[in-house]
Amino acid sequence: MDNLLSELQEIFRDVFDQEDLGLTRESNASTIEDWDSLAHVNLVTSIEKRYRIKFALGELQGLKNVGDMIDLIQVKLAQK
Amino acid sequence: MIRLDSLSLDDLLMKRKGLRRQLSAQTDLREIRIAVLGGSTTNEVVDLLELVLLSSGFRPTFYQCEYGRFYEEAVHDPQALIDFRPDLVYLHTSCQNIQGFAPLQSSEEELQGYVDAEVDRYRSIWAGLDVLGCQIIQNNFELPAFAILGNMDAVAYGGHSSFVMRLNLAFAKAAATNSKLLIQDVHRLSARLGLTQWFDWERWFSYKILNSAEASLVMARSLASIILGLYGRSRKVLVLDLDNTLWGGVIGDDGADKIQIGRETPIAEAYTAFQEYCLSLRNRGVLLAVCSKNNEDIAKQGFEHPDSVLKLEHISCFKANWEPKHENILAIGRELNLGVDSFVFIDDNPAERAIVEAQVDGIAVPDVGSNVSSYAGIIEAGRYFEPVSLSKEDLDRAALYAGNSQRANFESKFADYGEYLDSLKMTAEIDVFKPVYLERIAQLTNKTNQFNLTTRRYTMAEIESIAADDQYIGLYGKLSDRFGDNGLISIVLGRKEGTTLHMDLWLMSCRVLKRDMEVAMLDAVVERARSAGVERLLGYYLPTKKNGMVADHYEKLGFTRTDSTAGSDEASTFSLSLAGYTPRNSHIKVTELVHG
Repeated sequence: MDNLLSELQEIFRDVFDQEDLGLTRESNASTIEDWDSLAHVNLVTSIEKRYRIKFALGELQGLKNVGDMIDLIQVKLAQK
Repeated sequence: MIRLDSLSLDDLLMKRKGLRRQLSAQTDLREIRIAVLGGSTTNEVVDLLELVLLSSGFRPTFYQCEYGRFYEEAVHDPQALIDFRPDLVYLHTSCQNIQGFAPLQSSEEELQGYVDAEVDRYRSIWAGLDVLGCQIIQNNFELPAFAILGNMDAVAYGGHSSFVMRLNLAFAKAAATNSKLLIQDVHRLSARLGLTQWFDWERWFSYKILNSAEASLVMARSLASIILGLYGRSRKVLVLDLDNTLWGGVIGDDGADKIQIGRETPIAEAYTAFQEYCLSLRNRGVLLAVCSKNNEDIAKQGFEHPDSVLKLEHISCFKANWEPKHENILAIGRELNLGVDSFVFIDDNPAERAIVEAQVDGIAVPDVGSNVSSYAGIIEAGRYFEPVSLSKEDLDRAALYAGNSQRANFESKFADYGEYLDSLKMTAEIDVFKPVYLERIAQLTNKTNQFNLTTRRYTMAEIESIAADDQYIGLYGKLSDRFGDNGLISIVLGRKEGTTLHMDLWLMSCRVLKRDMEVAMLDAVVERARSAGVERLLGYYLPTKKNGMVADHYEKLGFTRTDSTAGSDEASTFSLSLAGYTPRNSHIKVTELVHG
């Protein structure tokens, strides 16, 4: 499991308060039951704060799953 | 017990659910029911408020209005609120909810007219909430994000800043004569954080949350302090150390004439300013107590220093000795006959702060550091002594006759909901799918969960081929009202089979709920279906966890349920015969009706 994925897994576990939540690159809003629009805001804010990045408008819309999100975070971190 | 003050905002947001679970396990929490009527998405403020209240001895239950419907629910549709039986209502509105700023060229009278119109709207909300018989907390407004007129924005009568300042003044006047109405001073809160840190436009465009997470926390904490004040749980006593807290130096070593107080040096000035701050708290009812490791006689000499602002008569309880501070604080509580959980302890020594915090249940021990210039600001930021009224009897008396005259003026601005809908001056554009909107249409099918009868998701390519297929009737609807353009907010998609039109999709954005837009859409579908030879519509409701609000959508529109499956978990089917159907929409002006 790569670093970013395991870090995100910790964030997801905190946000959803599910200690045993398992995250893969394929996870998305339909595989994680509580991932509704409110949880989404919370997740995005938590990730932005954790990595000191800010997603631009529209950047998140095209993402299909956690793998896409990891790739985006890596791009944003490289730009810092 | 978790001390929320020691957690960062990042942690509060990320670990919210776990914190909530742990804090909820406490016993002896006071139940409180809070209705939140918002002009933007309020969930983040509510989530944070819940944590802060849980850590302050309350167990809150929340009601949140449908998105943006603070006015409608208070004035026209209060049943859900009445059923909720709130202990208090929080009205959370912002500059974005102001319906009419004064035009640039306005005169002073015209500006006042616009301000009065805005205030009237709020007065009818507050009057509408009267039926609940509970306290209302209404925030005032932050300054607008953009000063179009630059420095003149606060001077010219057409400046938005001028408007907001007058509006806030009117809110303050209303609250001064209405003991049921409390103002949350967002104007000050946003200024303290800074407008640049306050607004977050990405979140506004994406989620309709206007402010940053930092601002949400600021608002949640200030709300909690108002609520604590309402329930008599504001703190009452400021317990002060002496050496290097109230004056510079150690009086036992340096002597009373050598301590730093007065105007002679910068350090002395800073201690004098802090004493003045303490005295102003005392003058408005906060008790001052001294808790110091000192010889009592020598310690008291500090207050006889000619430059000392604080005199012994200002101190309600004086403990200077060599006993541990936490024991002295418990003794102060006994002597004043006040719970130590209403105390705030100020000491420059971190070791003393640590032991007092650990040993005295419920006492607040802000980390004031050891720099006297910061003490007052840190105490201020803790919002410990929030008062909710000053000489309450006077206020109540004034409220009595002011209230009567207001009620006559604002009792019912609209005779019924229909009249209100008419006042919105809604216009809709309803037409078949057009190339320019296909992307938005596909996007809406993928993100709409609540007002969505079938929750079918479509790709852009599927929508494109549907738009080109004459077996389908696909309509979009756009809705504008006098507050602005809501954009493309509804989609209805029917599939023709013989003389039946199967409604594969019917969805609408929640931002235009209860506007009769669905009625206008039905009229348009019927007209288009008729000219295609359709005799009946078949509607489907496929229940999900999120679309319960449209379970009775088709029945409300006059469809008849045709399937026999009982139970709400099952898909259900509804039929509408087009024979004899006449258009029903009467509140929305449709600009581009579909023509067959």
